[in-house]
Amino acid sequence: MASFLQALKSQVGRKILTGVTGVGLIIFIIFHLATNLQVFGDVHAFNEAAYALESMGWLLYILEAGLAVAFLLHAYVGISIWWRRRKARPRGYEKYQSKGGPSHVTWASKSMIFTGIVLLVFLIIHLDTFKFADPGTVILPGGGEARDLKALMLATFQQPIYAFGYTAVMILLGFHLGHGFWSAFTSLTMKHNRYSALIYAAGIVFALLMAVGFLFIPLYIYFGGGCEAALIQCQ
Amino acid sequence: MADTFTIHLKIWRQDGPDKPGKLVDYTLDNVNEHMSFLEMLDVLNEQIVAEGREEPVEFDYDCREGICGSCNLMINGRAHGPKAMTCTCQLHMRNYSDGDTIVIEPFRAKGFPVIKDLIVDRSAFDRIIEAGGYVSVKTGSAPDANSIPVDKSVADTAFDYATCIGCGACVAACPNSSASLFTGAKLAHLNRLPQGEPERKRRTVAMVEQMDKEGFGDCSNYAECEAVCPKGISISAIAEMRRNYVKAALAGDEV
Ligand code: HEM
Ligand code: SF4
Ligand code: FES
Repeated sequence: MASFLQALKSQVGRKILTGVTGVGLIIFIIFHLATNLQVFGDVHAFNEAAYALESMGWLLYILEAGLAVAFLLHAYVGISIWWRRRKARPRGYEKYQSKGGPSHVTWASKSMIFTGIVLLVFLIIHLDTFKFADPGTVILPGGGEARDLKALMLATFQQPIYAFGYTAVMILLGFHLGHGFWSAFTSLTMKHNRYSALIYAAGIVFALLMAVGFLFIPLYIYFGGGCEAALIQCQ
Repeated sequence: MADTFTIHLKIWRQDGPDKPGKLVDYTLDNVNEHMSFLEMLDVLNEQIVAEGREEPVEFDYDCREGICGSCNLMINGRAHGPKAMTCTCQLHMRNYSDGDTIVIEPFRAKGFPVIKDLIVDRSAFDRIIEAGGYVSVKTGSAPDANSIPVDKSVADTAFDYATCIGCGACVAACPNSSASLFTGAKLAHLNRLPQGEPERKRRTVAMVEQMDKEGFGDCSNYAECEAVCPKGISISAIAEMRRNYVKAALAGDEV
């Protein structure tokens, strides 16, 4: 076991860690988006989904702890990779350009550390805005007193700073995933010539879906005027 | 002989390790499109020697036929210049036209310290090989190779990886200065052959550790290395290196 932990500190181990935690975060954001889209469901759908989560009790705490660990580990390893990159080439080139062809040197791949740190800062603000906020409660038709996150969401995204700030961050998330999805496959040793181009393309499609899915919500609420909007049902 | 033209060069000049360096401008009027890139530099050096004002530009080469891996130059920001699967020595001036400016720099990485001008010390690669890039037992002479059956596809793939000439372009072009493609290629070559298989885990761990020690960066899957590799080594080698490394680490046995 000691040797396994030792191995995780090596270059290859760090890569496996970014990959595993990255995939964990991908799975999380898929569920997160699916939950968020409930805001377009019937009046209570979104709050019910959130309530169902909160009713999981200790299981939720375990999942949240796992998520926190994955996030922190992912950020820590990502930052350490960036730090080592600076040390590995103390003097940069006067002129540098990609050779194209099979290369995946793109704005997305070169900016993983930037988009990543934005996501980290965003996460803190995001938790403060929603998770640790007190939005008041609402009685669900099926019984139970839930936090009225839907009202909070609608109120938050009618403020331009939130609506556009979230949109910008979600575009950056798209870029992070644009390289990250493919990269994770390769990090987790699944690179195969035959499927490589396919996985890369799938990654871009996935990144687009996630970015558009997430940013549609704040923009729609902002321009639709919250409860006024056609797709949103309020009490 | 209408084929001669003028080229402007900006060449990195550095007196020695840890000395400051800078780009120096040169103009060469009699460049012939049939010259190789290195021949063009030879002509430049003749001109510099004839003028007698400064020392000629130091650059590395040996075979000049694309097999030794010594001719490592960063040409206009690309390792080995603009053409895919081409070493600097195999690059010809017909790829340039009259009046072009070409910036030439050494391969830059902490693991490749500059010796002088454009020459870098790539002995870090030798130490990665010393860590495990060999087979420990005598496997016989050439005819004995035929006594161990090797699947044709395995032999072919091993050969593809064995074509790595250790030039270091993969490190030079990598935004992280990672040596993963070189190390991965050596591992993918040796690990899949019956002669190399028994030492697979030990070799993988030792070579990965050595490339860490030499100060090369992490791999972020940019795949720029594959784009500049004069032998077109695929980054599948890197994925395979990770797979073997994880297997070795999970097994946790004496590696
Ligand atoms: C929702 C949040 C996030 C998701 C879904 C996500 C996903 C991913 C994925 C899938 C990868 C590819 C992993 C690999 O190459 O093996 C990756 C890489 C990376 N992530 Fe994230 N990430 C997230 C947040 C963050 C945060 C908060 C940081 C903070 C610094 C960060 C920094 C990085 C960096 C630097 C890399 C590149 C690692 C490398 O150079 O190989 N990410 N991310
Ligand atoms: S993998 Fe390619 S670029 Fe890297 S050292 Fe070998 S031949 Fe050169
Ligand atoms: S000089 Fe030998 S490969 Fe170019």
